[in-house]
Amino acid sequence: MRAGTKRVRFLALAAVTALAFGTAACAEGSTDGNTTPAASAGTIKSGLKIAFLPKQVNNPYFTISDNGGKAAVAEFGGVYSETGPSDTGASAQVSYINTLSQQKTDVIVVSANDKNAICGALNEARQAGAKVVTFDADTMPSCRDLFINQATAEGIAKIQIKLISEAVGADGGEIAILSATANATNQNAWIEMMKTELGKPEYSKLKLVDTVYGDDQDQKSFTETQALLAKHPNLKGIISPTTVGVAAAARYLSGSSYKGKVQLTGLGTPNQMRAFVKDGTCKAFALWNPADLGYLAAWAAASLASGIISGKEGDKFKAGKLGEFTVGKDATVLLGDPFTFNASNIDQFNF
Amino acid sequence: MARLRAVGSWDAVVVIALVAVSIIGALAIEGVGDPRFWRFVTLEAIPIALIALPMTLIVITGEIDLSVASVLGLTCTVMGQLWVSGVTSLPLLIAISLLLGAALGAVNGLFITGFGLPSLAVTIGTLALYRGLAYVVLGDRAVANYPPEWTTAAIKPIPGTTIAWMILVVAALAVLFGLVLHATPIGRGLYAMGNNAEAAHFAGVKVGLTKFWLFVASGVMSALAGLFWTLRFASARADNGIGLELAVVAAVLLGGVSIFGGRGALLGVFAAVALLGVMRNGLQLAYVPANTLTVITGSLLIASVVGPNVVGVLRERLRSRRRRRRSTAPTVTPTT
Repeated sequence: MRAGTKRVRFLALAAVTALAFGTAACAEGSTDGNTTPAASAGTIKSGLKIAFLPKQVNNPYFTISDNGGKAAVAEFGGVYSETGPSDTGASAQVSYINTLSQQKTDVIVVSANDKNAICGALNEARQAGAKVVTFDADTMPSCRDLFINQATAEGIAKIQIKLISEAVGADGGEIAILSATANATNQNAWIEMMKTELGKPEYSKLKLVDTVYGDDQDQKSFTETQALLAKHPNLKGIISPTTVGVAAAARYLSGSSYKGKVQLTGLGTPNQMRAFVKDGTCKAFALWNPADLGYLAAWAAASLASGIISGKEGDKFKAGKLGEFTVGKDATVLLGDPFTFNASNIDQFNF
Repeated sequence: MARLRAVGSWDAVVVIALVAVSIIGALAIEGVGDPRFWRFVTLEAIPIALIALPMTLIVITGEIDLSVASVLGLTCTVMGQLWVSGVTSLPLLIAISLLLGAALGAVNGLFITGFGLPSLAVTIGTLALYRGLAYVVLGDRAVANYPPEWTTAAIKPIPGTTIAWMILVVAALAVLFGLVLHATPIGRGLYAMGNNAEAAHFAGVKVGLTKFWLFVASGVMSALAGLFWTLRFASARADNGIGLELAVVAAVLLGGVSIFGGRGALLGVFAAVALLGVMRNGLQLAYVPANTLTVITGSLLIASVVGPNVVGVLRERLRSRRRRRRSTAPTVTPTT
């Protein structure tokens, strides 16, 4: 009887395997009739399926940028969707890319958690007919059609060092960086540029003593700030070039005895930073407008899918209320210079 | 009789659920019937299935290994570091990685069997320790410049299908583990020590030694999953596979293996790995948001712990009723 049970189990195992193989074996070559006919130059096709895939859902920054994209998609009459993982693990985005490809999305607009790990999946999606636009954080250039750059690393590094230098004052002193994850492509590029910027003679009195990682988690960023201040008693300033990090650091500083003594700047959103700018914890911070970034990415995506641009240098396209943009080197479109928020202008912004 | 028992068991429930979900999914959700869907489901399931094999055996003995995802991560980073430092022979990299996995598993096994510490505590410790070491090895760097031949070879489909050939390796290993568990004295020993380690010991089962080798096997399989992971994503990073141990344990428990040991079968675990993969990918295709998916997976895990127990209680009741009925009839006393 025991042998009988065993046989039944093995048979069932075989059945499951056969089922999986059978379904998969049916057809590889069946291409859908979704191939895009060349659109007449200058017009956006209607009904384009444009999907935003942020690094992580439930992240306020991406909610804002994706909503910018949503507004643009509504303007040109496309179909908008947003999907994504709830954690920022390197490979977490892969299954969402696969899903979007199977859903026959026309353009996947993605901010990459890892510039390599999602490459294979993106290329498979492109082979299946999707266009890929990256925004906020790029992949390897060979895995996408276009990258919408929020600001150059140089522009960001310049404004961050300028703001912390102004806040700390002429005497200078020790500064530290509170970053997102240790592997974030854009964060590391900015940090490198900040180091270059600090080498300039006008910043000779600023000394970068530490870089810590809050993983874009509020609590971890909060405790990392706490640890940073305990470790470096002479710290004069913190730069946190991430919206989650700068808000958490501001919250810690504003409730501690360091408030006003240790300066803070970074990349933040006005709504998260308003209270801390008003109570003096943070004199000024910078950011591009994330809603504009998503808006531009959506227009670029639609222009790409409609055949208006192909991604080569010099291609021009219209991005609704933002006007005309030109594709630059390496199939990159630049949004513009970062904007500085301070007590005098912060109330004009709501995002 | 045999058929009746199989139908009543939890593995059968999971297999039926898998078939039902696949069919309903294929009918209701556009894309589930597509061969590419199965390619993606299997690609995702391969590392989970690899680790679930030894995990099933370990949980049957009443132990657990939570360090598996960290072993995977550490293997990825060591392999990446070796590649960067000039080890360019793939067979050598594979050999070193598997040996490393064995060593990491042996450390777990030594603490658990040598010092008699609870596996839960030891492997929570090594979960943190091995992950920490992974960050020591690669820090914030990612190694991604593997030869494209390697990375495409890892996910190459079986000719004529869309399924990655690695599934054949998984299948072969599954047969091996299945034979050991269900057809050898070692396998019977695993169930025995899961039910009562002391009794098993007195019955001549080498409890400590067997458990030690199970943890070594777990390390090796996690390392193998790490190799696959590195090549599939073309990216060795310290955070590779973070949290994967939960996916593995969820599949093992949903597959009907008792968390208290002594009960479970490999078929149910395999069906559970597939079921979780099909459900997750299918629901994703049906535009179910990530947050809802997490809630559903959590609920399934709870159901998987409660489910087999309910089924077990029902079967026990059925059996005792039958026994009572039989005992009223004239009985033949069995002689042993």
